[in-house]
Amino acid sequence: MTESTYRIQGATGDWEVVIGLEVHAQVTSNSKLFSGAATAFGAEPNAQVSLIDAAMPGMLPVPNAECIRQAVRTGMAIDAQINKWSRFDRKNYFYADLPQGYQISQLYHPIVGEGSLTIEADEKAGILEEKTFGVERIHVEQDAGKLMHDQHPTMSYVDLNRSGVALMEIVSRPDMRSPAEAGAYLRKLRSILRYVGSCDGNMEEGSMRADVNVSVRKVGDELGTRTETKNVNSVRFVMQAIEHEAYRQVDVLESGGKIVQETRLFDPTTGTTRSMRSKEDAHDYRYFPDPDLLPLILEDAFLEDCRASLPELPDAKRKRYIGDLGLSAYNAAVLTAEAETARWFEVLLAKAAAAQGKSESDVAKQTANWLISDLFGALNKVGQSLEDSPVTQEKGADLLALVGKGTISGSIAKQVLELMLETGDTATAIVEREGLKQESDTGAIEAKVDEILAANADKVEQYRAGKVALFGFFVGQTMKAMAGKGNPQVVNEILKTKLG
Amino acid sequence: MTDLTDLGVAAIRDGVATGAFSAVEVAEAFNANVAAAQDALNAFIVATPEKAIEAAQATDAKRAAGEDLGKMGGVPIGMKDLFATFGVQTTAASHILEGFVPQYESSVSQKLWDAGAGMLGKLNLDQFAMGSSNETSYFGNVISPWKRPGSNAQLAPGGSSGGSSAAIAARLCPAATGTDTGGSIRQPAAFTGISGIKPTYGRCSRWGVVAFASSLDQPGAMARDVTDCAIMLESMAGFDPKDATSLDLAVPEWTAALSADLKGKTVGIPREYRVDGMPAEIDAVWEQGIAWLKDAGATVLEVSLPHTKYALPTYYIIAPAEASSNLARYDGVRYGLRDLPEGAGLQDMYAATRAAGFGPEVKRRIMIGTYVLSAGFYDAYYTQAQKVRTLIARDFEQAFEQVDVLLTPTAPSAAFALGENVDDPLAMYLNDVFTVPASLAGLPAMSVPAGLDAQGLPLGLQIIGRPLDEQGVLNAALAIESRAQFTAKPERWW
Amino acid sequence: MSVDTATVAKIASLARIKVSEAELEGMVPELNGILAWVEQLGEVDVTGVEPMTAVIPNQLRLRADVIDADPLTGGGRRDAVLANAPAPEHGFFGVPKVIE
Ligand SMILES: [Mg+2]
Ligand SMILES: [Zn+2]
Repeated sequence: MTESTYRIQGATGDWEVVIGLEVHAQVTSNSKLFSGAATAFGAEPNAQVSLIDAAMPGMLPVPNAECIRQAVRTGMAIDAQINKWSRFDRKNYFYADLPQGYQISQLYHPIVGEGSLTIEADEKAGILEEKTFGVERIHVEQDAGKLMHDQHPTMSYVDLNRSGVALMEIVSRPDMRSPAEAGAYLRKLRSILRYVGSCDGNMEEGSMRADVNVSVRKVGDELGTRTETKNVNSVRFVMQAIEHEAYRQVDVLESGGKIVQETRLFDPTTGTTRSMRSKEDAHDYRYFPDPDLLPLILEDAFLEDCRASLPELPDAKRKRYIGDLGLSAYNAAVLTAEAETARWFEVLLAKAAAAQGKSESDVAKQTANWLISDLFGALNKVGQSLEDSPVTQEKGADLLALVGKGTISGSIAKQVLELMLETGDTATAIVEREGLKQESDTGAIEAKVDEILAANADKVEQYRAGKVALFGFFVGQTMKAMAGKGNPQVVNEILKTKLG
Repeated sequence: MTDLTDLGVAAIRDGVATGAFSAVEVAEAFNANVAAAQDALNAFIVATPEKAIEAAQATDAKRAAGEDLGKMGGVPIGMKDLFATFGVQTTAASHILEGFVPQYESSVSQKLWDAGAGMLGKLNLDQFAMGSSNETSYFGNVISPWKRPGSNAQLAPGGSSGGSSAAIAARLCPAATGTDTGGSIRQPAAFTGISGIKPTYGRCSRWGVVAFASSLDQPGAMARDVTDCAIMLESMAGFDPKDATSLDLAVPEWTAALSADLKGKTVGIPREYRVDGMPAEIDAVWEQGIAWLKDAGATVLEVSLPHTKYALPTYYIIAPAEASSNLARYDGVRYGLRDLPEGAGLQDMYAATRAAGFGPEVKRRIMIGTYVLSAGFYDAYYTQAQKVRTLIARDFEQAFEQVDVLLTPTAPSAAFALGENVDDPLAMYLNDVFTVPASLAGLPAMSVPAGLDAQGLPLGLQIIGRPLDEQGVLNAALAIESRAQFTAKPERWW
Repeated sequence: MSVDTATVAKIASLARIKVSEAELEGMVPELNGILAWVEQLGEVDVTGVEPMTAVIPNQLRLRADVIDADPLTGGGRRDAVLANAPAPEHGFFGVPKVIE
């Protein structure tokens, strides 16, 4: 693995940045980790709160099997060790968003141990080759409630709807060396979570957020003191927070100061971090095993079930697209980055192959190119996404078949696609109605070519004298004369023969 | 007609079922006793005569309709104020929960109501069940109905289920719920001449019971005799999906299998329970117990539980540690007391509320628990204690390879006077020296009255059984009960 | 190990219990007495002994992922949740303003 070249140029030399991420990912489940209250986003305040979530006297937690299953599946997806014996601990501290006075988490025996995650090379981002980052652990824990500070002059308001929602805390090793690497790690992690279905990855709604640990050091030095910037909720903000924090630390160190190990907050409006005073008093969380919960023991059958339910994951899929379908590395990466895209593509590919009576690998390149350059572009223009695309896979396959069989040309196909998006009609209907069928009749094309050559005798002479670049001119003129409907292959062939 | 309040659970249930008297008559009689004793004994924090009558009416109506009355049909009981009761103030005897009215019913109390029992009121206890004399309640001491002859000194009913023990001994209720964390059912039972059983950890649901120390807390039954305890325990016990530590097992018919015949059984006498300075009377009652069990057909064998002397210090690390965390929820935000000094921020509010709301013993234990869990001390105290706990449980396991049950005194003394131990926490903690080991190991254990000391105060004997062997415990207790013929009851002075 | 006034003050602050100077002074010998007594556990040889995790052999039971399957453990009961609140405010719990 090559070292990152990301450096901060200080007055005293080059600094390297060391980054670790603790990602809190909301587990996709109907009900909370230890109670039957719903987890849906956006409910009325305290409407999704059970007596357990409100920590009424005598209330007890009972764990949700689905949350355990999703954590295990996530661990499997990053090739992590699954701990068949784990248990829940209490993390004790007082805060108004924490009704029990402790968070049920897993410190000593997390459910998932060591794993790893690989990001692809991205030269533009300074990531010169594929890199693998360590994941130290994944543990399951409760989310806290929410405090609102701007509703009343002297009071804060507490909403416990999120209190007790299941989170996976996914803790990376301090293996990242640039904001871009951290961004790529986060995107890749989100992609895997979505493939697995264990978290919707929706950062705006808070279902995924990162605590960003940053330190700086002179290249080759020991690890420096780190700060932790809490709850950063977008990939871009994470990258900004790292950059700001790294520069800030270099400034502090170069002006003779020391980095204090502290919790910081990210301000998205300024892109800066600041010390979080309210949480500054030295915490002593007094972790100990939760006596309300027994050790969690996972049976082999349960683990097998989890494994069997895993989908093909992005790395495997990407390799298959390249190896079996013959897609370019770029196209394969684009199509597999999001589970939704890959799923859409695979349905389209099956239909496109069927419509042309060919194998999937025969039409894969054409299909991938069309999806990426034509459909994505067209949808982008009208601000739509695949999910709500009026061009279904069925309709897309029809259009691709028209191209594949030579009924229309690629350039006509672009026009047809635009009309499809406008009208919702099928490609076949549009081509029929607009008379866009491609002319492949040799006689008709020959006649047009003859006309063009006759009208441009001077250019024909120049061409024959060696100005071969004029060939494109003749193609263009012919196509223009045929209103774009000439089969370009046939046009090329006839022109070549006639021009000699 | 006999005084209905002299009857126990079985007699009341059967009398109501046969129509010898109505459930309402029973409830009225006990309601009257509760009211008459309240000023003197302070056994109840809240009396609920209307609830008792309501349940009794329902039972009487069922009887009229020929329906099944349930295992506790027509029996009014006292409910330790550690069990959440829907719509009825539940305080754990703490100022911090004063005025708290649960919108839910604890699983155990619900089962009792479902079995036909009615509620006479919420019984006083040591604050958050922390104490052995009932002197830590915010709502005042419970006074034992027992007196030393010729003395007016107020005696301790034991704790923490002191309201329960006092009320049963004084005939304010035929039975009551208790909870036992380190002896809180057994020691007060011994102090007041009644019976009390703590089942195997996990038999009775903890859901809706205000938590003290989760790995130790266990609800149980208190009544005047072994049979009544068995009936009540059958009604309280059973799997509860809301409690992750609840045992998913059917409730045995303990009452039906009660037998005082111990032929073929071996009773262990743990050598280490002969502690230095134990009063001769305690030793004597223990010897008497051994003789009774032999008489019942049992073989008696001395056994060793080598880690016994470490049980109390182990308990006084684990229980406060768990309590310090369990009691963190009392913060003035969602229910209970809120003390908000002028200009106070959130954290100041917490500190003020908890300072005003918790009593001194509760604070002491929270402080100890916080300390032993804090950074740098966790392994030396808490982890070490949990390891010693493993050894204590292993001692029992090994003993139970040779014997079926263990016989010990319940407490190292008879009831002491209120105020006697209150300034010395360690002396107070020593009260639980015989009861704590079984709690640490989660074992079923029971106290039965065995006799009176020279001052005429009750003494109890403790039977400890194998995990899940409540039957063995009840049977051995019954063998003692049938030989002890304990009929003493406190003179009514209130 | 014995505690001094500063340590007891720190514990009280961790436990969020306000104590006066006088209370603090009283607590120091009390806590030291108890701590000295529990420290006898240090003499027990626990080599190879696992800390207890479950008193009675039993393992964690999981529940099915169903919303509000039991009203006692489900949500959708804001009135019950807020019934005892010292300062309910428009469906929220009110607390003194927190500055983050
Ligand atoms: Mg963190
Ligand atoms: Zn976390």
